[in-house]
Amino acid sequence: MSTMSNTIVDLPDQSTATIPKMNFLTKENGLLSWLLTGDHKRIATLYLISITFFFFIGGSLAGLIRLELLTPQTSLMAADTYNKVFTMHGVIMIFFFLVPSVPATLGNFLIPMMIGAKDLALPKINLLSWYLYIAGGLLAIYTMATGGVDTGWTFTTPLSTHYVNTNVLTTGLAVFIAGFSSIFTGLNFIVTIHKMRCPGMTWFRLPLFVWAHYAASILMVLGTPVVAIAIVLVALERTIGIGVFDPTKGGDPLLFQHLFWFYSHPAVYIMILPGMGVISEVISTFSRKRVFGYTAVAFSSVAIAVFGFFVWAHHMFIMGISNYAVLVFSLLTMLVAVPSAIKIFNWTFTLYKGSITFETPMLYAFGFMGLFTIGGMTGVFLGASGTDIHLTETYFIVAHFHFVMVGGMLMAFLSGVHFWWPKMTGRMYPEKISQMAAVITFVGFNLTFFPQFILGVLGMPRRYASYPPEFQVLNVFSTAGATILGVGYLLPVLYLVWSLKYGEIAGNNPWQATGLEWQTQSPPLTENFVVTPIMDHEAYDYEWLERQSQAGKEKEAPIAG
Amino acid sequence: MPDSHAIAHNGEETADNAYSADIAHGEHPAYLRHHFNSTEQQADTTNFAMWLFLLTEVMFFGGLFTAYLIYRNWYYPAFVAGSHQLNVIWGTTNTLVLILSSFTMAMGVWCAETRRRRGLVLCLSLTFLLGLAFLGIKTIEYGEKIEKHHVPGFHYSLQSFDDPASDPEIYKEYHDKALMPDMARHTELYFSLYFAMTGMHALHMIIGIAILAFMIVRARAGAYTSGHVTFVENFGLYWHFVDIVWIYLFALLYLISRH
Amino acid sequence: MSGQNEHAHHIVGPMVYVAILFALLAGTAATVWASFIDLGPWNPVIALAIATTKASLVVLFFMGVKYSTKLTKLTVFAGIFTFLVLISMTLADYISRAWGSW
Repeated sequence: MSTMSNTIVDLPDQSTATIPKMNFLTKENGLLSWLLTGDHKRIATLYLISITFFFFIGGSLAGLIRLELLTPQTSLMAADTYNKVFTMHGVIMIFFFLVPSVPATLGNFLIPMMIGAKDLALPKINLLSWYLYIAGGLLAIYTMATGGVDTGWTFTTPLSTHYVNTNVLTTGLAVFIAGFSSIFTGLNFIVTIHKMRCPGMTWFRLPLFVWAHYAASILMVLGTPVVAIAIVLVALERTIGIGVFDPTKGGDPLLFQHLFWFYSHPAVYIMILPGMGVISEVISTFSRKRVFGYTAVAFSSVAIAVFGFFVWAHHMFIMGISNYAVLVFSLLTMLVAVPSAIKIFNWTFTLYKGSITFETPMLYAFGFMGLFTIGGMTGVFLGASGTDIHLTETYFIVAHFHFVMVGGMLMAFLSGVHFWWPKMTGRMYPEKISQMAAVITFVGFNLTFFPQFILGVLGMPRRYASYPPEFQVLNVFSTAGATILGVGYLLPVLYLVWSLKYGEIAGNNPWQATGLEWQTQSPPLTENFVVTPIMDHEAYDYEWLERQSQAGKEKEAPIAG
Repeated sequence: MPDSHAIAHNGEETADNAYSADIAHGEHPAYLRHHFNSTEQQADTTNFAMWLFLLTEVMFFGGLFTAYLIYRNWYYPAFVAGSHQLNVIWGTTNTLVLILSSFTMAMGVWCAETRRRRGLVLCLSLTFLLGLAFLGIKTIEYGEKIEKHHVPGFHYSLQSFDDPASDPEIYKEYHDKALMPDMARHTELYFSLYFAMTGMHALHMIIGIAILAFMIVRARAGAYTSGHVTFVENFGLYWHFVDIVWIYLFALLYLISRH
Repeated sequence: MSGQNEHAHHIVGPMVYVAILFALLAGTAATVWASFIDLGPWNPVIALAIATTKASLVVLFFMGVKYSTKLTKLTVFAGIFTFLVLISMTLADYISRAWGSW
């Protein structure tokens, strides 16, 4: 146990500790052992590197957007180019960063370990997922290199089918391929969670991280194919002119939006649910307390997934759907906010009377709770169809989704990467600089995106390269914040890479967390467990952990090696 | 090295997880992958995975069916006229062919389960041939559509709908009235959906037939009749699904109103 | 491998398959015949009803869902349910557009 009161970190004696010689990283060597691996942990590592790469491409595009918006006129680039920049920013950030971020990296790495299995159910499909992701990503880069696409990430018809000459088809294909990567990941998770749990691991002993991924996987499997067929139809319309979305041939452009948003709304839950899973784990560990209302949190994950399918047309309130549809979807949107709120309440009650410490993952988790709450509540303003008429297609929407996605999801991702970094690499990241980076990110984020709420209410439209001069001050704040935010995101890349060589040796369980993954060596063996574990205690059972470590002290069992 | 403090002594399996026994190395069949504990677990898992994949297929075709239902609602006369252009005899024959192929596929799975190698090869081969027959008939149908310029985007012709008498065979059957000009143009939408839906279906058939060819070769070598039937079973699920899609396509595209 | 994998693995016999085959063929004949008769608004209803019956027979017997685990049945239900949500809620918009303003 830690003797210091402000940290729970319990590291082995650094003068004698070593990284275990045999682990999943050292088991085999050579490029092919990585490119043809079936090991879920290696695939997760491959994903982590590729996702970081695409994040920085998307981030650079964001930097260009903010630079352009420093001045009211189009100063840095033509308006057409600006359209291409924000489109690619959206496509890359959504499909090549947010959707796969937590599931494909942390989910892939941890789910088998958390349930006591040796690997995911379908390792080859897992590898295929990664290759599809890379193929889609390369196609997206090719698209940018050959002129980009300027329809916005939403590919709204008939703009995308008839009125642009840009690379709609290649972008559509890139998204289609990435969609299948996502489908296979989700499929793999559902099968694994149902069929590969170790003895004693009942559904209600699963970590909430697993529940969150289960819910997100249902969305991936059921929702993604619909956007796939929407893209196919756009492609057919662009190439042979079949007319399904063409009013001159009797088609309805809104049909595309129905099919597109049928996926893209659940997609936002695909993005946030795994992040919420991370937050459950982190908040529990750093308050040394079982998550309050485990069952409610578990069921609310599934409820978000189910209800998430019923609300898609709230993205279409002003597009021409019937008033009755507006009514129904607005009502259902109010309902879908409830399970998310339940989670926030439960995390708050977990903190109450907990023994709280402020290590970096917890800082990010606090950031998540505050920023996701703001983002979520502004979503309710948008779900009310009356206010939506004023706020839609303005910077209010931009601020709303960046609060939930960047303030929420990205913070959860960073929280998770820091939390499980010792398990994945065997080394601790440097605590002081990482805490500083978390605070820098939080400050930068608020400075970037809070002014955008105000801009939205004042009426600044989104997706415009130029704007009335009275909006400049707020835009300058936003760009200044973006610069700070960029620093905040760059720092982790630097110090995490540094820690691979120079970080302290972490040992099995530096956080003294519950969960089967913490009962193994760091980094783990390829087969995760030498013998299949048997789960004989509840989730987040800190008393059990206490008894184990007492027993361990008595036997003086070695921690590392 | 104690890597899991959670290990209790060997025990009871819980009711919802019957796969607990670690299999000693060397005691398991060659086809058992190492991350599974038993062949049962592997079979159950891959079966469930195939069902989930079929769910994605349901939603994939679902988008097309949604489009179809909307436009049939909006442009019913155009859809009727378009449907009359399809040959109901070819369509019915294709439906019978596919139903029969589902039967032979189901029989093939039974042969694999009861270890009848020659029966399995026969059933798979029949399924394969029936699949080819389906595609052959589809080719004939598509050929007819191409001849009559009913392919959207490729010199689409409204002649059959402006002047139904110019199509004597069909006019004899149905005595269609000429459509109003804008409704006649909406027949292009009908054919867009016809080609999109049957084309997507045919693509799935082609993939299925290719896999069948692979399976026939493996089946002859006895790969599926020595206890490891999951590949045949799971492929059977896929094949039946493709059949179900056609059952709906036939009813919706060919049989709109033939009276 | 051990011979017992019948825990949820009911092997359906050929006679059942033959019966289902004939039922499907009969259904096909019925649906074609019904399309040639004018039943007014009931034509599409009957066509879909027969198609759904045929599909159900394939799902229950050829695909073995009748004898399958609860999980498989739940999975099938989830697929059908989501498909129906897609169709019905989208159609709800289209149908109600013609209803005009409040």
